[in-house]
Amino acid sequence: MRNRIAQKFGELARKGEGALVCYVVAGYPDVKTSQKVIDALIKGGADIIEIGIPFSDPIADGPTIQAASNRALKGGVTPEKALQLVRSVRKIHPELPLLAMTYSNILVRPGMQKFMAQAKVSGVDGFILPDMPVEEAGTYLAAASKLGLATVFLASPNTPQGKLKKIIDSTSGFLYLVSVYGITGSRKSFEDYTLKAIKNVKHCVGSTVPVAVGFGISTPAHVQFMIGAGADAVIVGSAIIDRMGKSSGKKMLSGLQQFARLMKKACVK
Amino acid sequence: MLGSYPVGGRFGKYGGKFIPETLAPAVEELESAYEKYKNDHDFQKELSYYLTEYAGRPTPLYFAKNLTEHAGGAKIYLKREDLLHGGAHKTNNTLGQALLARKMGKKRIIAETGAGQHGVGTALACAALGLPAEVYMGTKDVERQKLNVFRMQLLGAKVHPVQSGSKTLKDAINEAIRDWIANVKTTYYLIGSVVGPHPYPMMVRDFQSVIGHEIRQQMQEVEGGLPEAVVACVGGGSNAMGSFYPFLDDTDVMLFGVEAGGEGIRTGKHSATLAAGSEGVLHGMFTYLLQDNCGQVIETHSISAGLDYPGVGPEHAMLKDMNRAKYVATTDDEAVQGFLMLSRLEGIIPALEPSHAISYALKLAKKMDKDDVIVVTLSGRGDKDVQVVQDYLDQKSRKKKKHAK
Ligand SMILES: Cc1ncc(COP(=O)(O)O)c(C=O)c1O
Repeated sequence: MRNRIAQKFGELARKGEGALVCYVVAGYPDVKTSQKVIDALIKGGADIIEIGIPFSDPIADGPTIQAASNRALKGGVTPEKALQLVRSVRKIHPELPLLAMTYSNILVRPGMQKFMAQAKVSGVDGFILPDMPVEEAGTYLAAASKLGLATVFLASPNTPQGKLKKIIDSTSGFLYLVSVYGITGSRKSFEDYTLKAIKNVKHCVGSTVPVAVGFGISTPAHVQFMIGAGADAVIVGSAIIDRMGKSSGKKMLSGLQQFARLMKKACVK
Repeated sequence: MLGSYPVGGRFGKYGGKFIPETLAPAVEELESAYEKYKNDHDFQKELSYYLTEYAGRPTPLYFAKNLTEHAGGAKIYLKREDLLHGGAHKTNNTLGQALLARKMGKKRIIAETGAGQHGVGTALACAALGLPAEVYMGTKDVERQKLNVFRMQLLGAKVHPVQSGSKTLKDAINEAIRDWIANVKTTYYLIGSVVGPHPYPMMVRDFQSVIGHEIRQQMQEVEGGLPEAVVACVGGGSNAMGSFYPFLDDTDVMLFGVEAGGEGIRTGKHSATLAAGSEGVLHGMFTYLLQDNCGQVIETHSISAGLDYPGVGPEHAMLKDMNRAKYVATTDDEAVQGFLMLSRLEGIIPALEPSHAISYALKLAKKMDKDDVIVVTLSGRGDKDVQVVQDYLDQKSRKKKKHAK
């Protein structure tokens, strides 16, 4: 079985580049547009795509992603339709590392094993679940390991060292370091503690898994800040969705491509 | 022993801590602080002082003679949490948690509220203990529980209206959790029911168990034994859990949790999570939820804002599966009938939440012996609901007239 995520990070490391991870809410504003947005982001330079499966109660998300998820849900987007989007993206991009980001209940309701198997068949490489801490992850980890799916766990600047070690042991694909005390949403600037957190986490993981930093990253300067501190990847979500709300059609798509290009440029060390 | 749960943060398979990692250190800090103060003599003494001198405990266990005669069956006693300071059982929990927060050195308290009773309970406890309080409340609830919004403001709390989702309790909790994530170092989240990640369901139950302990003692005094049944309404489940907990291992005592049946379970417009829900994860816990087949939490309906919640405390989920407690639902209509009946027969205007329990207890009493005893927890008083009931009755009589024409 090939591991698209590890392959991608290996490739980028050889080139001395950080990875640009782009997050898209499946079905915002509609499924067709989601597909075009993903294509535009990849053309611009996105290395990894995270497809958000909308959930009714996204407690880790700020107003931007909340509104996009709501809109998608109102438009009738189900987890099944989100996986269809994955299938069509996978067809066009066979080598693309593709992760599903959602909340635990989307997996728990149909059954962990059942839903993850469906996701795997659709072309998902792994999951990111912000409300699934390692202590609760027994069934999740077992199903993922059986199916060969990555389980990306999150760490936070306030995660104590002992806990961080447990997270590092359980995470696969990469480690998702939350940049700030807060929920998702574009930010103007970052503080010193983010820098310290990246350095500490990088030190702890050593060479076991790459570290991706996310939440609030919205400008090339932010990207340079994170990559400069030692991050292997940056995750950009709300900044993309904010841009999608400001224009539409071809103009929106070329704008996103240009945005991805600038963000990717900032990933080059 | 049923009373020994939770084990490892779980009530059987329910409960747990499904939380974002940023909150993990705060939840752990809370867990160890609660462990420390739970059996701390000075803490318990201080809490007991406030419960007695400030909030008016113990509350009476009142024999509802007229209601009993009306039903014509078992004797009905009312545990008068409506007489507790603040007007509902919520004060038992808010005093406990606010004291704990102060011991922990927290400088800012946030809370969610549905009916506004927990918001009022938080606001008054924080005023008494000198802590600033901010309360999240869905805009739909702000509209239907205006009196409580004003009360919170009078008590010095800041009320944040929540526009997202169904604009009710569920969304107020979401927003409070988001605030907590952003301000995790300084802020104490004072949750209002036996819900959320461990240790909240256990801690809130413990603070509310004063209700059941008093019922036990008062029953011994007036009836010389235990009741045949204890009946309480279930929103998140805190007044019910507090009433049930001291009786869990007395298997002769039947326990009934009454959920909001709304317009009827078959209409889909209800909040009867245990009666009609399925397993899932929400607000940090694995429990029963009202959700669709894909795992999206669905909008609930109840005439009473305090029961309008698609989840339920994990300990109730366990008690349901074990058949230790029975969970039933009464409709909006039945609850309003209970509300009117208690007002007229006993001179007590109940909140709409426990009106559900009253309505069920009347049905139950009819089927039981005259020697049997039912205790109903009257979790709150009805001042906040007078307008809602008036509108409901007006609308109903208008519908009736239309039909007659
Ligand atoms: C008077 C009263 N009873 C009951 C409830 C429901 O909460 P719980 O099920 O936690 O007791 C509320 C909630 O607002 C309430 O105000």
